[in-house]
Amino acid sequence: MIASLNQIQQEIPTIISKEKTQSHNSALGGTRICDFTGQLAGAGATKILATLGAQVIRVEDNINKGGWDIFRGTGPWPDERRGVSLGGAFNNHNIEKLGMTLNMRDSRAKDLLSELISISDVVTENFSKGVLDRWGFSYEEMKLIKPDLIYVSNSGFGHRGPYSDYKTWGPIVQAVSGLTFSSGLPDMPPAGWGFSFMDHTGAYQMAIAILMAIYYRNNTGIGQWVDMSCSEGAATLNGPSLLDFTVNNKKTRRAGNPNSNRSQYPRMAPHGIYPCKGTDRWVAISIRNNNDWARFVEIDELSHLANNSEFQTVDNRLKNQDKLDTSITEWTTPRYQQEIARILQSRKIPAEPVQDPPQRVDHDNNNKSWNLFPVVEHSEIGKIRVDGMPFKLSQTPPKVERGAPALGEHNDFVFKDLMGVNDQELSALYKDEVI
Amino acid sequence: MSIENKKSVLAGIKVLEVGDELGEWCGKLLADMGAEVIKIEPVTGSITRTYEPFYKDETDLNKSLYYWHYNTSKKSITLDLNNRECLPILEDLIRDSDVIVDSTYPSNLDALNLDYEACKKINNTIVLASITPFGKEKPYSDHQSTDLTALAFGGPVWSTGYDDHSISPVRGAGNQAYQTACHYACIAIMSALVYRQFTGIGQYVETNMHASLNVTTEGSTYNYLVAGEILQRQTGRHASVRTTPNSQMMCKDGIYINLGFPARTEEQWFHLLSWLEEEDLINDLGDYLSVPNWDAMRRGDTAAIEQQKKVMETVGKLAAKLNAYDMFQKAQSLGFQWGIIYSPEEVLDDPHFKARGFPVEVFHPETSETYIYPGAPYKLPASPWNIQHSAPLLGEHNEEIYLDTLSLTKESYIKYRNLKVI
Repeated sequence: MIASLNQIQQEIPTIISKEKTQSHNSALGGTRICDFTGQLAGAGATKILATLGAQVIRVEDNINKGGWDIFRGTGPWPDERRGVSLGGAFNNHNIEKLGMTLNMRDSRAKDLLSELISISDVVTENFSKGVLDRWGFSYEEMKLIKPDLIYVSNSGFGHRGPYSDYKTWGPIVQAVSGLTFSSGLPDMPPAGWGFSFMDHTGAYQMAIAILMAIYYRNNTGIGQWVDMSCSEGAATLNGPSLLDFTVNNKKTRRAGNPNSNRSQYPRMAPHGIYPCKGTDRWVAISIRNNNDWARFVEIDELSHLANNSEFQTVDNRLKNQDKLDTSITEWTTPRYQQEIARILQSRKIPAEPVQDPPQRVDHDNNNKSWNLFPVVEHSEIGKIRVDGMPFKLSQTPPKVERGAPALGEHNDFVFKDLMGVNDQELSALYKDEVI
Repeated sequence: MSIENKKSVLAGIKVLEVGDELGEWCGKLLADMGAEVIKIEPVTGSITRTYEPFYKDETDLNKSLYYWHYNTSKKSITLDLNNRECLPILEDLIRDSDVIVDSTYPSNLDALNLDYEACKKINNTIVLASITPFGKEKPYSDHQSTDLTALAFGGPVWSTGYDDHSISPVRGAGNQAYQTACHYACIAIMSALVYRQFTGIGQYVETNMHASLNVTTEGSTYNYLVAGEILQRQTGRHASVRTTPNSQMMCKDGIYINLGFPARTEEQWFHLLSWLEEEDLINDLGDYLSVPNWDAMRRGDTAAIEQQKKVMETVGKLAAKLNAYDMFQKAQSLGFQWGIIYSPEEVLDDPHFKARGFPVEVFHPETSETYIYPGAPYKLPASPWNIQHSAPLLGEHNEEIYLDTLSLTKESYIKYRNLKVI
């Protein structure tokens, strides 16, 4: 241990760039990311790294007004104003980043981009395959500019392979990976996820990949290109089902399946989402084992289940789940979801309401005490709430204070302070719409 | 590609894993990138060793496929953390580690008075990562939780289900609550390790699963935060403030296809018309041959929505004539953003996933057989993702870790075995 730390510290001077020493209270201080990502599957990854102190510089097209990202200039809107920098989704996915513009149709923009890459640690993008290549910034070309560069691309099917030209978005990634299929009730169409779960998870996996590559580069001085395929990332998330097929030849496409409110693995019953008092109110209940069951049937209204031989063992409860669910539904239907959850949690049984957005945002004490939805300051919007970070780092806490950059908001900083462009040159770049 | 010749990202990093289904995915993410992950199990084995499915349905602590999947590349030692006699050994293990991943709640380590400050006294550069359902603050820290109740309480379930709201909302399968918390924990741990590379300073890292899910709901949260809008679930498509057209079609072979907006550009629209003509369905569109006005449709314009409905109805007829895979291929060749709805196992046979090497072979010495496992979430060519070896048998690495690494004497090892501490 000690030896390996010493080793690392000896290597630092050759690897560390001069900014590394500036920030002692952020985990990724001194790491610079030249960021072409958009939407959520890409932008969501660099957002997390920005909150951890990476300097993430979003590069956007001044001519199409940031239109590479479909969330530039779309709702939800916090007020009556409309504009490319005023949308709530874009703000949510780009907190703590800097924003600059480049018109890649102009050869001067290519020089500026080369300059930026030469002082960056990482280049990120989630375009369709081939966009950077067309600009003359393939990995091989970028490597000539910055030999230890880390390049992470993340598209639906990746940049290599038979489907690499196919077009996708979150729901398509979920469809082709098995996630859509495995969410649903018997004899019904797939329910899917109701949102782009894989835009979130693709972003998480991309953030991990970037960090792994940074860690490796810091140790070895070697950069690399990580060609991520979001649908592969998604397909890693079905492990036990996949092994049940490859080892036991048992398919998930079979009669009665999926039934995803029930437990697949391990075997638990009852296990489901039950109706409660009110409109569209539901409670989730999991009886994990015989101990949970024993405490469950101590409840007066459920005591009639206690001595019923059909429900005595896990095997029997699994076999007679439909009947069991009918009895539980009778108990839950006239009661409030919070009441059911409280009764069961007081007996150490997992049960929680299906919470709607106001319940989660306005009334959930865990989210409140965690300050999960903090207010950030956006230069044009003003104060606005966003998704915060679900982790705490004692030494290097994530920072969620600044909103997303307005289009080109940090051009002066990037071009003048980082790249040494003078005022006269900068005016010319603006005038010629290069930035 | 020769993996042996390349240094893995986390070569030399030692991780202690304490806990079961809530944290195992995080340990696997680190282990498959080269960390030496030592899983501390009760003498009777981790509970996940009792989870289905089992190899050939044989109920055996070493034959759970659930355990196999989540514990690749890890080592297994037994140590009874409920017995204080374990302390000297546990302290030695902590002294020899870089990271601890603790997903027990209430924490086994806290119960042994080994919170972060205590661990730091043993090893001042340690990264201690806790993963819990709600964080360590009361009152929720006392709540019992499963994947189902976590997804229900945390927000995803609200958006998932069917148009008919008399049918219950749905939880997506596959332990996604646990895996989501583990993705965040892994990001936090890797960030802490990068910080430690430069400073030599460790830290305490805490991941809250409920919070992780609450920020994994896309518009369901930010539409409410920003505009007070509440999204409502719909069959197989995004939850929405306003009802949107159906986007799933059942094909001739009974397999569904997801098609979102069937055509999103003028060029695609004409491709769709020619395709419908090829299949003798063009007349089914009636008078709706002009290029749709997508902006108007998004605004809720009645005429535009009527056209969209007609288009979807006609594409439904197209689907009924074609098998899902053929329809997916043809659609993509025409530039449509459509996708086949595979079951998880069908992915393994898809030519694209195969060509990219997604299914990987893992050899199991205990059966002398090789099985196909899901492959890498990301491939780092210079420092590859790699399943180092199959999941360990219970206590498989006891002698290696206790006798070789920690240099326990044979006598004390046997003493601890007899006391059932190991």
